[in-house]
Amino acid sequence: MSAPTADHTSDSHDHGHGHDGDFSHPMPIWMLLAVFFALLLLTVATVYQSTFSLGNLEVWMSLAIATVKAGLVIAFFMHLLWDKPLNAIIIFSSLIFVALFLGFTMMDAQGYRENLIMNPALLEDSQPAAVKVELSK
Amino acid sequence: MSVVTNPVTMPATHPEAGKEDNYLTHSSGFLSWALTLDHKRIGMMYLVGVMSAFALGGVLALMIRLHLWTPNLEANQAWLLNKTYNQVFTLHGAVMVFLFIIPSIPAALGNFLLPIMLGTKDVAFPRLNLGSFYLWIAGAIFFLFSLFATGLDTGWTFYTPYSIESQGPVIAATLGVFILGFSSIFTGLNFIVTINTMRPPGMTWFRMPLFLWAVYSTSIIQVLATPVLGITMLLLAAEKLLGIGIFDSRLNGDPIAFQHFFWFYSHPAVYIMILPAMGIISELMSVHSHKGIFGYRMIAYSSVAIALFGFLVWGHHMFTSGMADVTTIVFSALTFTVSIPSAIKVFNWIGTMYQGTVSLNTPMVYALAFIFLFTIGGLTGLFLGALSTDMHLHATYFVIAHFHYVMMGGTLIAFLGGLFHWWPKMTGKMFNDFGGILSASIIFVGFNLTFLPQFVLGTRGMPRRYASYKPEFQLLHQLSTIGALMLGVGLLVALLVLLHSLFYGSKAPKNPWGGATLEWECSSPPPHDNFSSAPTVGDPYDFSKIEFDPKTGSYFKKK
Amino acid sequence: MTTAVAPSPTDHEHDAHHEHPAWLAHHFDDAEQQFDAGKLGMWIFLVTEVLFFSGMFCAYALYRNRNPEVFEFCSTFLNEKLGAINTGVLLFSSLTMAWAVRASQLKQTKTLIGMLGATLGCAAIFLGVKAVEYSHKWGLGLFPGKYYVSQVEGAPHSTVPYLWYLCIPALILLVAFVLYYVYAFVSASKFHLRVAGPLVVAASCFFGGVKLGQVLEAEESHGDSHASAGADAHGHEHSDHAGHDHAKEVSAPSVNLLGEAEVVTHDVAVSPAETNTPESNVNQKGMAGLFFSIYYCMTGVHAFHILGGMAVITWLIVKSARFEFHSKYYGPVDNVGLYWHLVDFIWIYLFPLLYLIT
Ligand code: HEM
Ligand SMILES: [Cu+2]
Repeated sequence: MSAPTADHTSDSHDHGHGHDGDFSHPMPIWMLLAVFFALLLLTVATVYQSTFSLGNLEVWMSLAIATVKAGLVIAFFMHLLWDKPLNAIIIFSSLIFVALFLGFTMMDAQGYRENLIMNPALLEDSQPAAVKVELSK
Repeated sequence: MSVVTNPVTMPATHPEAGKEDNYLTHSSGFLSWALTLDHKRIGMMYLVGVMSAFALGGVLALMIRLHLWTPNLEANQAWLLNKTYNQVFTLHGAVMVFLFIIPSIPAALGNFLLPIMLGTKDVAFPRLNLGSFYLWIAGAIFFLFSLFATGLDTGWTFYTPYSIESQGPVIAATLGVFILGFSSIFTGLNFIVTINTMRPPGMTWFRMPLFLWAVYSTSIIQVLATPVLGITMLLLAAEKLLGIGIFDSRLNGDPIAFQHFFWFYSHPAVYIMILPAMGIISELMSVHSHKGIFGYRMIAYSSVAIALFGFLVWGHHMFTSGMADVTTIVFSALTFTVSIPSAIKVFNWIGTMYQGTVSLNTPMVYALAFIFLFTIGGLTGLFLGALSTDMHLHATYFVIAHFHYVMMGGTLIAFLGGLFHWWPKMTGKMFNDFGGILSASIIFVGFNLTFLPQFVLGTRGMPRRYASYKPEFQLLHQLSTIGALMLGVGLLVALLVLLHSLFYGSKAPKNPWGGATLEWECSSPPPHDNFSSAPTVGDPYDFSKIEFDPKTGSYFKKK
Repeated sequence: MTTAVAPSPTDHEHDAHHEHPAWLAHHFDDAEQQFDAGKLGMWIFLVTEVLFFSGMFCAYALYRNRNPEVFEFCSTFLNEKLGAINTGVLLFSSLTMAWAVRASQLKQTKTLIGMLGATLGCAAIFLGVKAVEYSHKWGLGLFPGKYYVSQVEGAPHSTVPYLWYLCIPALILLVAFVLYYVYAFVSASKFHLRVAGPLVVAASCFFGGVKLGQVLEAEESHGDSHASAGADAHGHEHSDHAGHDHAKEVSAPSVNLLGEAEVVTHDVAVSPAETNTPESNVNQKGMAGLFFSIYYCMTGVHAFHILGGMAVITWLIVKSARFEFHSKYYGPVDNVGLYWHLVDFIWIYLFPLLYLIT
């Protein structure tokens, strides 16, 4: 039997709360509502934005708005703002890996895409069963 | 809570009682195993599962080798039809990779050891753990189906466009892989959470055994890479079922993208295979040299580094697939960086043995074999990572030899070494050390005889996956086949030694090898709750206080 | 237990061995450790979800980059209004879910069940709208990949009652839930009533969603249709759309739920002549067809996630009805909430990427 040491008694999960401390953090209702309305507003904005012709910029615009919305959802609805930093690191690191995956693949595809040749003639049966259903008239 | 410190509150343990309670005798009956939430039992079930998968894959491998005894230039006189040959090597690869090697060390040994080494009662989510096991079973059923429905002939890589046209049960196999992927993800998730949130007081990150660092890094890869495999397999199944065309050039899809998707998982997956093996070797080296590990932090960090760098190099599998020139160069350059952390480890293991008191027993012999074989495997990887040489070597037997040196010579050998090392802990029985060393020697010789000739075959241009070959290659192929048979014998010897120990082995002491990690502090086999008395968490590689007690035949830790 | 910092030894032993409350699993030391473990596990799971979807986003990016014209052409078939409504519905469900977490922390069980029910209802509405969207497209022959049917002006709709098929499972569930409710009512079980109520409401919401979708889809067919919205962008391709006779469509605005086959003609203007011009070679399997593959994969996998979410929310309703949650044990609500917000998160990207291309 090992001698009891101070090591064993100290709580390894100290977050400023006591051992039996309350770790819940209820979000105030006004905040939830505010976030919701902000999200709605941004949705309207993105729909409105899409009526302009911005050319290439457009994808980036709508992605930017979507990212703001996603940020709101993550920060407040998922209360990441009050969560442990580790959880934030974890979820953001996933985005890094997504970027890596998309980045390399896209970069490569830019280079080889002229070599891809579409050849639908090779499809042996180009009239599949699913649409053979009676089209009246 | 496992680290209970007050002795008065432990009335339930009778260390002196004749029949100790252990996890094997804790309860009995089929359901007590099938529905168990005990990580040790789940680990044992995985062990049986992955070894059966290995046996199946092994039989298929011998079929390949026997077929290649003759050049088979007349297809109708060959032992296997060309078509059958394709199916055999496909299933060999798929079973070995997805059913055996990926779950082998983490799910079987890792499950058993992780909570004990950490000093906790169980993993964070015991139900999820059992769920992973049943997902593995479900995946295995899909695989067996594709075996008996015969015809899966795409190679384990399922490359499009062939896999789209193949008449084989590709959908069943892809769904099997998908399910196995989730089994693997949940195991990884469970381990990460356990290590992050359940370390008992005193178990700081840098007091964790290196095996845990390795398993932790592996889990990171499992969580980050496997989902991409999942969606790839799902899209491939949709391709077959609904003709979606994303990977189908006839429909303007992009077959090269399939390879990107696949290797984004499968290159990191080779580190899922090797990292836990490296973890085992770190333990074995230090325990059997009775000397603290050399460069603990470097080994720990290099595990994490391998896990992360492993994501940067997948393109080296596609140099000849039509990638853009720039990308091939970038990937080739990045490939060289991953070899650095691996080299650090090899250096540290050798440093650990230096001036140690090496006991040449079975686990250590396996560990030495590992170092030798893994080094060859890793170095030949560099030839393949170099753009210009890979143009010549890609899809030849050189690649086959390379990855067998790392996967079989590396992971499998480490798995066996670890199995022998922890066998007394897991079963409570000592095995015959001579038999163990004999098995390791036969395996080592047989392995090299099988795969060294394949390097030569590869450089001379023998392509992989061919059912026939030019007569001039016959000698090398025959050497390889003889080696494979020898390998089979060696593995059988190992199996016999282990089985023999179950029935005739002497009772294992608590700490037969003199390890300093926590699993050696609990009885062999461990009790249901892992520790009947509190383990003191100390330096896992401090051997200065470990002494041998001739009376019990066990090592113990001096107070 | 010698140090003063620690709680008194008796307390500790107490916690750890004897009065381990039922909601605290045996291998955890305390409620907070259990909560932290669950939460970390969920965040890691979300990481796997993000990477899982990334495969499809990658396919999207690759294909859009290569064939931007296909995306412009095809998004005219997607009804922006339905997409926007569904975005709103999902955002609202995220609100109610976040509110449910709050309620569980404060042990307001009634609010909790209400909020979970509302989330479930929103999910059902979302799926209802989606069912209208899918069946409408199938009626037009807008299938994925090699099953895509080139769009020709004036071609008849398929009379297969796809919407009806999609409604059958929901209908069965609705009947089952109503029966369950009746059972609960008869047996006067408060617990069963608490569970059955939200389920009945949610199942009915599906049909609300279907109705909503149909109304909006019909609206779209007259007035400025999505096809003509597309015409602004690529001028000549749809320029004859103005002359297109809308009267025909008004008579039968949408796919009929019961499939009593009136013939509905395409409301998208692609004249046969156009399909042969080089600009419109997008209207074929390898082009538009592949877009729809991507569309169905992304939204379909997303819809399966919604279904999964609905299943776990139902489980939460059962647990809430047993008053299981309180400030030390609300992890399940919180974690399902995280999952649900992630599903919303993904839709936030899907909506502009699929529907709002001009
Ligand atoms: C030391 C670092 C390593 C390097 C630089 C390396 C490099 C490579 C390269 C460049 C290839 C592609 C060859 C080709 O197809 O032309 C390859 C194939 C392969 N490697 Fe490695 N490798 C390393 C370690 C490993 C490890 C540790 C494993 C597994 C445990 C592994 C398993 C494989 C497998 C399975 C393949 C063949 C996949 C297939 O095409 O079926 N490698 N390696
Ligand atoms: Cu690789």
